[in-house]
Amino acid sequence: MLANQIGYYSLILGFFFSILIIPVSIKNFNNKNKIIDNKIFSISFFQFFFVVVSFFGLILSFVNSDFSNETVFNNSHTTKPLFYKISGTWGNHEGSLLLWLLVLTLFIFIFLIKSTNQPKKYRILTLLFQQVIIIGFFLFLLKTSNPFNYLFPIPKEGLGLNPILQDPALAIHPPILYLGYVGSSIIFSSSLAAVVEKHISTVWAKHIKVWILVSWIFLTFGIMLGSIWAYYELGWGGFWFWDPVENVSLMPWFCLTALVHCILVLEKRLLLSSWTVILSIATFMLSMSGTFLVRSGILNSVHTFANDPERGIFILIFLFTLIFFSLAIFFIFHKENNQKIVEIYWLSKETSILFNNWFLMYFLSVVLIGTVYPIFLEVLSDEKISVGPPFYHKLIIPFLIPFLIFMSIGPNLNWIKSEVKKINIQIILSFLFSLLISLLILRKIGYVGLINTILILAAFYLFFITIKDFFLKKFKNYSQNFSHFGFSLLILSILFNSILSSEKITNLKVGEKFSFGEETIIFESIESTEKKNYKSIIGYFKIKDKQNNSIQLKPELRIYNQPIIITSEADIKTTLHYDKFLVMNLVKDNEYFNVRYQIKPFMIWIWISTVLIIIGGLLSLFKKLYEK
Amino acid sequence: MKNKKKRAKDSKKKKNKIIFSALLLFFVFCFIVLFKGLNNSNIYVPKEKTEKILKSFTSKDLYSENKISSDQIFVDSEFYAINIWSSWCVPCREEHPKLMELSKNKSLKLIGLNYKDNPKNAKRFINEFGNPYFMIITDKNGIISIDLGAIGVPETFIINKDKKIIKRFLGSLNEKSLKEINLILK
Repeated sequence: MLANQIGYYSLILGFFFSILIIPVSIKNFNNKNKIIDNKIFSISFFQFFFVVVSFFGLILSFVNSDFSNETVFNNSHTTKPLFYKISGTWGNHEGSLLLWLLVLTLFIFIFLIKSTNQPKKYRILTLLFQQVIIIGFFLFLLKTSNPFNYLFPIPKEGLGLNPILQDPALAIHPPILYLGYVGSSIIFSSSLAAVVEKHISTVWAKHIKVWILVSWIFLTFGIMLGSIWAYYELGWGGFWFWDPVENVSLMPWFCLTALVHCILVLEKRLLLSSWTVILSIATFMLSMSGTFLVRSGILNSVHTFANDPERGIFILIFLFTLIFFSLAIFFIFHKENNQKIVEIYWLSKETSILFNNWFLMYFLSVVLIGTVYPIFLEVLSDEKISVGPPFYHKLIIPFLIPFLIFMSIGPNLNWIKSEVKKINIQIILSFLFSLLISLLILRKIGYVGLINTILILAAFYLFFITIKDFFLKKFKNYSQNFSHFGFSLLILSILFNSILSSEKITNLKVGEKFSFGEETIIFESIESTEKKNYKSIIGYFKIKDKQNNSIQLKPELRIYNQPIIITSEADIKTTLHYDKFLVMNLVKDNEYFNVRYQIKPFMIWIWISTVLIIIGGLLSLFKKLYEK
Repeated sequence: MKNKKKRAKDSKKKKNKIIFSALLLFFVFCFIVLFKGLNNSNIYVPKEKTEKILKSFTSKDLYSENKISSDQIFVDSEFYAINIWSSWCVPCREEHPKLMELSKNKSLKLIGLNYKDNPKNAKRFINEFGNPYFMIITDKNGIISIDLGAIGVPETFIINKDKKIIKRFLGSLNEKSLKEINLILK
């Protein structure tokens, strides 16, 4: 009760401070002082502080199962374990927006104290733009989705949280993803401020690169956690479903990845400045539209969120105001700053980066069209369609080939201009080596189609080139090597995983067995127990191979009581070579269970390679921070 | 020479203006489409592949506190509606006028299933807002609702004389759902 009140009033106080910043900083902007007024720091701190208090108020209400709070009532239940009570705080619409706000206010405060070597006017302008976003979110929260709505009479029991969302990976997935999204808001405000102040320079590029890397790392990590959750919890045996909600997090990632590369060009060569600004704007706009698409209920997907049209309209108007506002600033203030004519050669690092940027934009547009097209079609013609994986696979996979080739060649080129002579024996050797390896593998697994063959070759090529560079170049560019190596590994593991996966679906009852390849799967027994908030049915399966080695798999069915939902927990045995995946489902009114058994090679390498990609980003970030 | 530069600058300005207006138009178009899209309802109702037959159950009458079995309830009407409600449930309050409207329809027996509620509060709720129900039975521990396949409160099931669930409405009933019910009853 008390926590609820405190939370609500400190949210209002935070809103008050966020408005107060505007006149104070405008005053400071216009005076002749070279430094930012201390007042601004303290107001910004208070803004952050009150949002933190409010957030903890909400967490406390969840922990205490205070059902006089509508958000808690709708999303929690007394029988839920403490960990999921806490994670339930941001597992719902209102709480997740409060988290957005928390990260927004935190990041702008960090920005203020960490950007002291930048010009004052630029910093204040960034703060002002960021404040526009923060105030927008405050209004949204207070007006349409107040997390502290009061209920009377006080209900005795809450409506529970979707049990599918009771998973550790998913509990930390939203905060991590939001750190990435919100980081892009800083990039957005600061690039607009830099445009207005004509501050786009190598100094600015160096400074904003840290923020770009931080957002990129969090976004990548967040997407990976979401995918891990989908694999382990949804029990469909895949890790990426091209579900609209997944796509929505992938789109800003494409943009941000392009930005990570093109900020390098700006830093080294002062080129592509307009492109950098456009990417900065686009990244944040895509993050915002992600929030819009997910939260407004305009999409239907496995993720169910609140469906309040009023909320949708608010975000929509807010989003498009920001778009118009940033476009206007870009077109009015932006001037290409390279008066001198810079020659650009075909064979140089910057052109290869630009090429890969265009490929990333192509991937982005494929995903964007696949996600948004159904909405447009429904509005314009009342036809309902959904876009499935084949669409994305057909359009994306072939273009991965040149993408991979540019990724392997690009880092070996010089800035400005490379001689063709430089393409030397090492590169040819790596190519021959990867050709050999691909041929050997293809002999073993059989012909897999032309595009897959070339893709395997290209991925191996990148694989060996990065290994070679890592050791021969004396660790000069190790962060880039790590990420690119990780990416080649990712493509290879996804490819082999999808080519070599095999599965069998059958109906079984206790005591029966079936054979699959060289293995026999025996359904030994079931055991059902009452747990705190669900009933669990565990099936015991033994898998024997030819040599009579056996392992046991224990898939579980959970029948949650509040609300009543049946989920199947797959049991997965992971080794470095393959995952054995077994999931069972209830067949209605029958003693039979529907059993699905899959062998998925190299599954764990998908996560390992993503971690490598992230480590590359981290290394680059630390290098950057260490330089200072 | 200078003239040339100026002309180049002018043409660039013009080009920028065209790009800007084109983008503006494009985004206005997107805005309108998305705005319209918002008004399409997307509330997801799980599809029942086969029409489920109601399990028999026993419960208590809210007022008389007599035990009553489902066979005694579903006897003589063409259609029944089971409405799951509770006095602590906020959307139920919004829904109540719609239920009052529905109760005027004589070809349907409206049965209230009082979910996890305190009988005192439930009676107070009915006194305050009126009683649309033909009969109110209690579901103190929520088992009947679970057997029905209910997900939340309020929820309404339309049942025909063969005790088959032919339609279900998640959340509070609105104008649209009343129309749908009337179509079924005809």
